[in-house]
Amino acid sequence: MLKIADKVFQSRLLLGTGKFPNFEVQKEAVEASGAEILTFAVRRMNIYEPSQPNFLEMLDLSKYTLLPNTAGAKTAEEAVRIARLAKASGLCDMVKVEVIGDDKTLLPDPVETLKASEMLLEEGFIVLPYTSDDVVLAKRLEELGVHAIMPGASPIGSGQGIVNPLNLSLIIEQAGIPVIVDAGIGSPADCAIAMELGADGILLNSAVSGAKDPVKMAKAMKLAIEAGRLGYEAGRIPKKRYAVASSPIEGMLLS
Amino acid sequence: MTLQLYINGQKTEVDNNVKNVADLLKSFQLQGRIVVVEQNGKIILKEQYDKQPVNDGDKIEIVHFVGGG
Repeated sequence: MLKIADKVFQSRLLLGTGKFPNFEVQKEAVEASGAEILTFAVRRMNIYEPSQPNFLEMLDLSKYTLLPNTAGAKTAEEAVRIARLAKASGLCDMVKVEVIGDDKTLLPDPVETLKASEMLLEEGFIVLPYTSDDVVLAKRLEELGVHAIMPGASPIGSGQGIVNPLNLSLIIEQAGIPVIVDAGIGSPADCAIAMELGADGILLNSAVSGAKDPVKMAKAMKLAIEAGRLGYEAGRIPKKRYAVASSPIEGMLLS
Repeated sequence: MTLQLYINGQKTEVDNNVKNVADLLKSFQLQGRIVVVEQNGKIILKEQYDKQPVNDGDKIEIVHFVGGG
């Protein structure tokens, strides 16, 4: 169970909706993932093509919680503007604060992210900032009152997985709010590792939408997240330098 | 007669029987779609669409939700 502000979710997988091969595959992948939270971007509409299909309009919105992002914003003010537009749809009160500070790595701008989060909290949004894996920044965001912290595992869409498990585990250890690993996930193994470290959830997109079989990958991610979480709750054995026999030493036939 | 507006950053002419935001959306067949409208930097809520006048020179943004992560 994942609790963000006053909202409770059974699934710990948050799925992005970008770059799927087509809407049919996407719909199936969303179902296979079991995700209850879907992210979207806000963009200008092509007003000359009103009949253009829109994925969001194809969804049963009573089944999903929308998490619009502020992608495209490079300043706090731009992020706030996008968030307000998203909220004005009347369909959501959560926002993924995403303020990019570098075009090549798409890494978040920590100063603007902090500023945008503060402004949006004042306006009553449920704020989920996408941040780097900086431990102190995570702490500062939590002190502001954000509702979850979303450190990147590695750069967006890179599929490099968790490049800094130490920082991630330090963020998880100190956090009193959900930690959702966002960005950089490449494979189900990455999900399992993050969840075993104690993450509360995973937000991913490209790893599913770009897979050869997105529907199958959506299911694989779901299972990996569940497995990782169960493993975390079960408590793994400590690593030892030498072997420890699992069969009894007593009563051996050859002694 | 036409009204000259700047919609989504582009100079756009609309018929001058477009009096309010509801008319504007209708003229582009966008009524009932999930969109959000901003007029001169101010968000216009759905309930205000038929009361909010559209004037020559207005800067209008019509945005919607698209796929994203």
